[in-house]
This record gives sequence, C-alpha cells and structure tokens, in this order.
Amino acid sequence: MMSAFSAAKILSPPPFVAQFAAERSLCPFLSSPSALALTRSPLRSTRLPRTPLAVSSDVVLGQKPLASSSSTSHNEDVGREAALVLYEDMVLGRVFEDMCAQMYYRGKMFGFVHLYNGQEAVSTGFIKLLEARDSVVSTYRDHVHALSKGVAARAVMAELFGKATGCCRGQGGSMHMFSSTHNLLGGFAFIGEGIPVATGAAFSSKYRHEVLKESNPNGLDVTVAFFGDGTCNNGQFFECLNMAQLWKLPIVFVVENNLWAIGMSHIRATSDPEIWKKGPAFGMPGYHVDGMDVLKVREVAMEAIARARRGDGPTLVECETYRFRGHSLADPDELRKPDEKAHYGARDPIAALKKYILEKNLATETELKAIEEKIETIVEEAVEFADSSPHPPRSQLLENVFADPRGFGIGPDGKYRCEDPKFTEGTAQV
Amino acid sequence: MLGIARRKVGLGLFRAPILQERLHRVLPAGSVLSKKYSTSAKEIQVREALNSALDEEMSADPKVFLMGEEVGEYQGAYKISKGLLEKYGPERVLDTPITEAGFAGIGVGAAYYGLRPIVEFMTFNFSMQAIDHIINSAAKSNYMSAGQISVPIVFRGPNGAAAGVGAQHSQCYAAWYAHVPGLKVLTPYSSEDARGLLKAAIRDPDPVVFLENELLYGESFPVSAEALDSSFCLPIGKAKIEREGKDVTITAFSKMVGYALQAADVLSAEGISAEVINLRSIRPLDRATINASVRKTNRLVTVEEGFPQHGVGAEICMSVVEESFEYLDAPVERIAGADVPMPYSANLERMAVPQVDDIVRAAKRACYRAVPLAAAA
Repeated sequence: MMSAFSAAKILSPPPFVAQFAAERSLCPFLSSPSALALTRSPLRSTRLPRTPLAVSSDVVLGQKPLASSSSTSHNEDVGREAALVLYEDMVLGRVFEDMCAQMYYRGKMFGFVHLYNGQEAVSTGFIKLLEARDSVVSTYRDHVHALSKGVAARAVMAELFGKATGCCRGQGGSMHMFSSTHNLLGGFAFIGEGIPVATGAAFSSKYRHEVLKESNPNGLDVTVAFFGDGTCNNGQFFECLNMAQLWKLPIVFVVENNLWAIGMSHIRATSDPEIWKKGPAFGMPGYHVDGMDVLKVREVAMEAIARARRGDGPTLVECETYRFRGHSLADPDELRKPDEKAHYGARDPIAALKKYILEKNLATETELKAIEEKIETIVEEAVEFADSSPHPPRSQLLENVFADPRGFGIGPDGKYRCEDPKFTEGTAQV
Repeated sequence: MLGIARRKVGLGLFRAPILQERLHRVLPAGSVLSKKYSTSAKEIQVREALNSALDEEMSADPKVFLMGEEVGEYQGAYKISKGLLEKYGPERVLDTPITEAGFAGIGVGAAYYGLRPIVEFMTFNFSMQAIDHIINSAAKSNYMSAGQISVPIVFRGPNGAAAGVGAQHSQCYAAWYAHVPGLKVLTPYSSEDARGLLKAAIRDPDPVVFLENELLYGESFPVSAEALDSSFCLPIGKAKIEREGKDVTITAFSKMVGYALQAADVLSAEGISAEVINLRSIRPLDRATINASVRKTNRLVTVEEGFPQHGVGAEICMSVVEESFEYLDAPVERIAGADVPMPYSANLERMAVPQVDDIVRAAKRACYRAVPLAAAA
C-alpha cells in the first residue's frame, strides 16, 4: 500500500548547508600542495551543494511532494485541543531544561547533563502522536523525550538529583532514563547504541504479532528512535537501517540534526551531509523536515507512524533543528558562530507555535499565559519534591544487578535457586 | 595411558596396588563414570547435546528464538542449530547479515520486551564487535533502570583456541565477560554440562554469556537418562567435582577439564591424588566449592587456556587467599596460555596452549615432589 506522501524531496539545498558550508573549508588537507588539484577537480568542491537528486526506491516514486522546509503552509490546520497539547508539552520541555541548568550551577545536579532547549518541536511533534503501548528510545539528551512520553516531571527531576524517588531510583541518572510503564527504553550514553535496541523493540512488536499471534486491531506497536547527526556516520546506524527494512520492522528513525556533535560540525564530519538520502539507499523513504516547526514535524510524523503501524516498514526522518545551549552543561560552546545561533534563535519552536495559535485564534494570550504558569508550578514542585526526597540507602548499592536476586538462576521447578536450601550443599549432582 | 603407568611404576613393591587403582579408574578420556550412572549410559556429542537443548527450549516456549550468522539455512556454522530452521521456521531461526553490533543490540531490544533471544556469535572473537551491547545494554540495563527492565538473553558461541586458526580467532573471553557485574558466564565441558547449562541459561531472566568450545563439539560423553529429560537443568553458579582426590586441587573449565583429568590420571600413577573441579560457571564463581576443596587438599593449581594476566586463575587464587590462606601448604600454581597472540604454526600453537604435561608439572611443584615415585595413596 503506497502512502499518500512524498518521500525524498527534490529541493534546493537546505539553507544551513549553503550558508555555512561556504565559510569553512571542507577539505582538511587544503594546505597541502595537492589540495589545489583536489579543489579544482569537478568531483570535489568546497562549496557543498549542487542540487540534491532524489534517489528513491520504487516504493516512494510518483507521489506528491510534501511541503518543503521553505514553505510556510501546512497541509491541515491543527485544532485547538491538539495545539494546546503541543504548546503545553513544548513549554514543559523548555522550562524543565532551564531549571536543570539552574540546578546544575547550584550543585544539585552533577555529572553529564545534556539539555534539549530548541529541539522541543521534534520530541513533541513525534511523541504526542504515540500511544502508551508504543516505545521511545533516545540518547543521553533524553529528559524531554521522557517528559513527552509521560514520565512525571518530579520523577525525572528526582532522578537527576540522584534521589531514591527518581524514575530509576537514582541508579540511572541524566543519561539513562528508563520507564517500563511508559515504554521509554532509555537513555543510552554511547552514540548509536539506542538504534539497535530500538530495532529490537520493533522486532519484538512484529514477533509478538506474527509468531505469538498477539495482534492488536489498531496495528503494530511502533518504536521511535531518536538520535543525532553524528550518529549517522556510525556503523550501527547503517546495520539497523538495513535490517529494519529487510524485515519490515515497525520503527521510525528520527534524526535530530542539530548540525553539531559537541564541537564537530556536521558538514566537516560527513561526506554527504544530507542524511535523509540514506533512507532510500536502503529501500525506505527518507524525509527532510524543518525541525523548528512542530506542525510540520507532526505532519511527517503522522505519516511515518501510520506506515509503521500498518506493517509497511521503517522510515527515516531528518529533522533540521538546533540546540540553543552547548552540547552539555560543561561545554563552553565556543565554536558555534553567533549569527548561526541568532538565525535559529529567531525560529524558536515555542514562539512559532504561539504565533500560530494566536493568529488562528485557537486560544487567547491569557490562556497561553495560564499554561505557562501551570508548567512553572509543576517544575518548581518537581524541584521541591526532588530536594526533599531521600538519597538511596546503602543497601541499594548491590540491588538490581540481576533480575534473579543472587545470580544463581532459576531451577527446574521455576523457583529461584538461591531459595532452595539444598542448593548450597556440596557438589552439584545430576 | 596404561603405557605410561607401566613405564613409571618401576619398582615391584608398588606395582600391584597402583595398577589396581588404575584398573578401577579405566575411563574414556575426559569423562567420569561414577557408580551412580546406569551402566547402559548413552553417549552423545556435545554438538548433539546443544542442539537438543535448543530444540527443547524452543518448543517449550514460543518466545525463544535463535539469531545469528548461518544459523538457519547453513544449519549452523558448526552445525549446532541443525534442523531448527526446518522445524521452527524463519521467524524463529533468523539468519542475520554480518552485523554483530546490530543484531546483538536487536536481541537486547527484543529481550527488553520479554522475548528470549539466543544470539549466536560464530566465534566469541566476533563478539568484540558487539561488546558494547553485551555489556552496556544487556548487562547494565537491569541496574540502570532499577529493576524495571531485565534482559533474558543468551549470547553463545565457541570460545578459545581451535586448531590453527591464528591470532584473531583464538582468544578466550572468559575473563573479559566474567569481569562485568550483570552478566552470568557459563563454560560447559561435557554433554551433560552443555545440555543442563544451556537450558538453565535460556530460562534465566538475566543476560548469560555461554562459552562453548569448538574442539569439544565433536567429543562424545555419556549422559544419564535424567540428563536427557526435557526438564533437566543444571544450577548456575555451582561447580562440579569431576574427580575426587586428596593431595592437590586442580580447577579448570571447558576443554581444560579434559586435560586436567588426563593429568590427574598421570599424577595418580605417581601417587598424587588430584581433585579435579569443573568450574562450569565463571560468574558467579563457585567459591564455596573451590575453597572447601583447597581446605581439604591444601594445594591448588588453576588451569585455563586464556592469557594469564588478569585471568580466571588470578581471581580463583585471590579468592583462596582471602578465605583459606591458612590452609595453603604451597603457593598457588597458575597454568594459562602463553602471553602472546596465538601463533599459527602447529608446533608454536601447541606451546602457546597448556598441555597435560604442564598441568602435571605444576601439580608436582605444588606438592613439592621432584621424584615420580611416592608412597601409595
């Protein structure tokens, strides 16, 4: 079944590429004598694109083009209810992250903390379309994914403070948010680590449907994997694009392309910076969308999630977005140019949605203010809760290493071996 | 072996009792037949034992599935998964592309949702491409999520040296994986071990690294009717005393158990009664059994095939020093592979891996016996 949706787009190079690529030399060897020959070769240009060609698979040919990143219109208007849900979620993400920064500088939070400011449209746009049974797999920049998926702000804050009331009892931390009730599968520190795990979750969804015959009339459980531009050069990413398409798994690969991997610009690290093109190379649709506009993200997300749910397989969505703060709270963020930051600062997703809501008269200024105040209260209350929560007790250190408490496994009678009084008797006999 | 006995037992006085002892202990290489087994014990190859364990567990629980390179149509790179594709279909026996990191991670993600994957590595050397998932997502997830998400996965495959396969295909990973909290590491030796431990591993709710040995696949061992029963399962974390003795304890795992048993035969001809412990489980290590044995014999020789530094023997030695120091009558002897990448040439390879003679010499050093003749046991 073909989707009514365009896949790879033929468009002029995304603005960030043309504007910023010209300013820096792409070839690290430009100072060497042979560099001149390189730069003059038609195959290599210091100026990056060249109009991208759409190299799509049969699946996606012949469909109408999607609204491109430069257009300002959306295919459908969003209703009041939906718009307010989106607004509230993005404001929660922003206020929470700002509070995290404050708490970090006050010493309440420690270690590695990676904030999501500026990228809220991606998290909200995708996750608010998911059902409770769908899963989300994220990276170390996972606070807002957790909040969007429904984990309580107080549980996330307590986890960041390292308290026993945190969503992982203080054992995970900022980079390892897990919640089995909300199907949030982490929280991974290693680049690319979450992608195979997400592919496995999608695999289990398909397996349960086809082999265990536990089908849901509304379709398969969908998994959404979030990761960054730097990850798209990692081997595991390609391995999973291949296997997900090969086995038609219900997964959506979402690239949060914020152009920077700590201090490494995406243009300097990637031979072909247009990540969406990697989808069709493996036989799945690849989309590029303006990640600073929650409504555009939401449109693409609806189609990709529906595709996965039907059993038509994976989709790769590249969201062009930007993080307003540094890579982490320890990053001095000296390499990014102020005009680039200003360019994206002007496209703040929350301000954009607010403007849209007011223009379309979906809500009044007062109502939006009320939402903002409500969120402030929630976040402040979360901080109080975290502050007043106890630290994990000493006895918690050795807990949860194994699901099986002593690590000796489960006996043939189905009970834990360590509970069997005869277990410690001498030699194991057959 | 009888030949050795005849050569060594030179002097008439001791010939009869020692030979008598040897007759009681005439055994096929590397196995123990105690009086408890029925005399009509069946013999099966380790390969068959593993195959039957996989088959039974897959048929008992539809959530169990097998994933790896060549496990399906090729019937398994070492024919361990023979016949399973035909029986269970391609949805439960998955031939994967050559993407260890990818499919190990996919296994972990599937295990998060309660499926029970068995991920096969063609050899554990290739597991290094997937080690991030074995350790960071499988071993640590239950802890990081504070018990919310457990990972009932089994990573299995041949480990250690084969024959002439060179440096990159011969490493032993027991010490690597046993180092990590959150993993269980099992090393079967005989067919009974293979069956019982693999079934226990598949039923276990935690990640298990199951280290087999390619050279053992073709060896046959007797198995009792109890071991052939489909609910048979061995405890994880318990070692087995393969041979009782009173003069020196020899600990070993996997292929080295066979060598240790042969060494014990040689030693008993010289009046040294060695107790051979088949570790079976490297993590958790059965410290209780090892220490009880050392307290009885007062001497210890640890045998392993892997590199010596930071190896399994080092951990066993420390465990004994911590708990049974006063009982030791001699320094602990450690036999391990040579501290070099595995050479290719056959004679060099033989020198790089422990042989029976090395174990015998170490046991003798531990017993302070330079001369083979000794008082009868």
